[in-house]
Amino acid sequence: MKLLKLVPDNTNIGFVAVRKWAFALTALLTVLAVGATAHKGLNLGVDFVGGLMIEAKFPQAVDTDKVRSTIGTLGVGESSLQQFGDANTVQIRLPLPEQGGAGAANAVVEKTRLAMVAQFPGVTFSRYDTVSGKVSGELIQNGVLAVVLAILGIAVFSWFRYEWQFGVSTFVAIVHDVLMTLGFFAVTQLEFDLNIIAAVLTIVGYSINDKMVIDDRIRENMRKYRKMDMKSLIDLSVNETLPRTVMTSVTILLALGALLLLGGHVLRGFTAAMMLGIIVGTYSSVYVSSSLLISLGLTPQTSEKKAAKKGDYAGTAERVGPRETGRDDGAKP
Amino acid sequence: MLNFSRWAVFAIILPLAIGVLCAIPSFLPDATVAQLPRFMQTRVNLGLDLSGGSHLLLEASTQDVAKQRLTNMEEQVRTELRRGDPRIAIGDISGRDGKLSFMVRDPAQVDAAVERIRPLTQGAGLTGQRDFNVEVVNSSTIVITPTDAGIKNAIKSAMEVSTEVIRRRIDEMGTREPTIQQQGDNRIVVQVPGLQDPKALKALLGQTAKLEFKLVDTTANPSEVAQGRAPVGSEVLPYVNNPSGVPFIAVKRQVMVSGEDLTDATQGYDQSNQAIVNIRFNSSGGRKFGQVTSQNVNRPFAIILDGKVLSAPNINEPILGGSAQVSGSFTVESANQLAIALRSGKLPVNFVVVEERTVGPGLGADSIRAGLIASVVAVVAVAVFMFVSYGRFGMYANLAVAINVAVILGVMGILGATLTLPGIAGFVLTIGTAVDANVLIYERIREERRRGRNVVAAIEHGYKEASRTIFEANVTHAIAGGIMLALGSGPVKGFAIVLLIGIATSVFTAVTFTRMVVANWVRRTRPTDIHI
Repeated sequence: MKLLKLVPDNTNIGFVAVRKWAFALTALLTVLAVGATAHKGLNLGVDFVGGLMIEAKFPQAVDTDKVRSTIGTLGVGESSLQQFGDANTVQIRLPLPEQGGAGAANAVVEKTRLAMVAQFPGVTFSRYDTVSGKVSGELIQNGVLAVVLAILGIAVFSWFRYEWQFGVSTFVAIVHDVLMTLGFFAVTQLEFDLNIIAAVLTIVGYSINDKMVIDDRIRENMRKYRKMDMKSLIDLSVNETLPRTVMTSVTILLALGALLLLGGHVLRGFTAAMMLGIIVGTYSSVYVSSSLLISLGLTPQTSEKKAAKKGDYAGTAERVGPRETGRDDGAKP
Repeated sequence: MLNFSRWAVFAIILPLAIGVLCAIPSFLPDATVAQLPRFMQTRVNLGLDLSGGSHLLLEASTQDVAKQRLTNMEEQVRTELRRGDPRIAIGDISGRDGKLSFMVRDPAQVDAAVERIRPLTQGAGLTGQRDFNVEVVNSSTIVITPTDAGIKNAIKSAMEVSTEVIRRRIDEMGTREPTIQQQGDNRIVVQVPGLQDPKALKALLGQTAKLEFKLVDTTANPSEVAQGRAPVGSEVLPYVNNPSGVPFIAVKRQVMVSGEDLTDATQGYDQSNQAIVNIRFNSSGGRKFGQVTSQNVNRPFAIILDGKVLSAPNINEPILGGSAQVSGSFTVESANQLAIALRSGKLPVNFVVVEERTVGPGLGADSIRAGLIASVVAVVAVAVFMFVSYGRFGMYANLAVAINVAVILGVMGILGATLTLPGIAGFVLTIGTAVDANVLIYERIREERRRGRNVVAAIEHGYKEASRTIFEANVTHAIAGGIMLALGSGPVKGFAIVLLIGIATSVFTAVTFTRMVVANWVRRTRPTDIHI
């Protein structure tokens, strides 16, 4: 049986040569994403803006205009409706009554339920959320804080582990990934809720994973081929790791694809965000973050210095031939 | 490197076997699990989004606690100074700006008054700080200021009591396995799986259930009461069901009997078949109630719940024997709720619901089904892809992933972690990333083979070089997961738990376990070339 190889052996693509184009494209896309986010805004869920969200399940397909007009007569504020994958499920969003606290929110749910049941027999509320303005403020604050801390934490980690250039290039690439995800949500107007924060953090985690693998290879090659110029060295490293990069992205996209198609509507936005993030993250690993190292002035000497100073085990790494005495590779039980 | 000692094999197999074993109870029916010994009851809890149910976040109004304490202090000061010996006359009592101030009429008694008040304050915290500061201003005015430590302490104990009271109330409702936890300084999370309609629950938690019996002030002028003014020693309270039509009534400030003296409360019916709550007092409460009712025959008394008058029946005869009826246009349901609330004690502080999430059981079941199908399809797709790409080695990776999935479930069972809908997504993602480790290793082995190393050296090298990368990549991934766990709420947390457990177990199964399997195969067959 012939085994599948997505990337042929000895592939040699000149990623570094096109870096100016890649940077320009990346900058353009990022500006567009930021512009879209600023212009259209995100469709923030009740988690982040507060309010009342009811998911109603109808026994048959339903006309949203009819639902809207039914709710319009109740005097519970302006409703916004959204239909999920199937035509039977409608998400209704209502503002939270300003006064009366929990009891009032309850009353709104009850009122809506009664009116809906009268109008559409057999309808059920499969879930509903009420989030007060105070809590939603905290949720948004924590969400933003989590993303910022994750990016900073990881950038600092790769700075300490390698060189500052690695930290900066990773940071830039990840900020790009996050902004692209936000842009995606602004353009599609998919609901941006707490789950999406988890998705964004996962994208950050995955993207970093991807960059680490390439960075690690660059570092290894910097020690192995001291005379090689930086451009060919980075091209070599990216090409060497390319089969893995593509394999892993495809595997995860396969798994996420199953989730997107079969995982139910509650997770759809979450999965869509993640798939986009994987694609964007892979792109930025291959085209942006490694090429950026050159623009930031990384040279093989910087690595040598650091290795010598820290007495890092990496400085004593082999150059040719196999070694029998292994160091701790972090994988022994 | 390819030689695994007997001990190493044992050390690798044992934890995996335990993990897989611990995953089994999650798939068994409830009855079977109940028969297992305690340490084998390691099941994954389903989050509310999967099991259906209600999640409520309650917030205490902490200003109430401070206000309540000041009122209590005022009461104590009055009693201490006016009733004590020698009697100290005070006036101009005010409780503005969160401070209590009053004037001692005779300047000569100021020091004595301070002496008498001091013991009313107590130590708060470890620093020896008191819960109230007492100081003399303008030589005759005494100002009592609550300290921050004192307020903090009071809120803390109010929250502890509240959590307990809420737990009792929910238990009385007969719901299964509620989770009641304090969150932060002034919030309580209540999660009740399987509850479809949290209306009753919220009504129950919304009641402070402070029950008081007070005499109605019949001397009050009705028109003044309507404007909210009451004679000295009385107060005006809302009374929605007042037969006279005015929604207010004047009652004496002094409490005849309060809910603290209750021993039992049950829902019942009166002669006209109206729902009521029957209450029983303890002996001192019964005595007090009997005494006041004997002295006030033919006068009305007010039954007050949470500062609102429920009803104001007439005392037809002395009520001896320590039981009474609380009437006030109840439905059977609301009477029953009040009975539960009274039995479980009063909440020391008011709560409002600041967040509520309710998931119907139908949606939860749909989500589980969809999640399961998606997971199975994802596993099969990834497995086929791995086999097509790496042949025999792909199968080893698949075996590792299968074990990994079971071990994650097992670890979650051991930790009593909760599986949520985003957790299922975390699962699917973990399946994807777990094979990444194997992809890294196998690609490295391919590379080393291309460079002309022999089979054993290539495998050895592939594992060694890739392990470092895998370790580093996973550390960074874990940083993101850890931040999610620390800062995330609800769904984000559920996702982070699965992710973190998955990172830890996948390194073990994907690297250590497959290396053992591969080493075993190489040792047995001594291949001269590998198909990878």
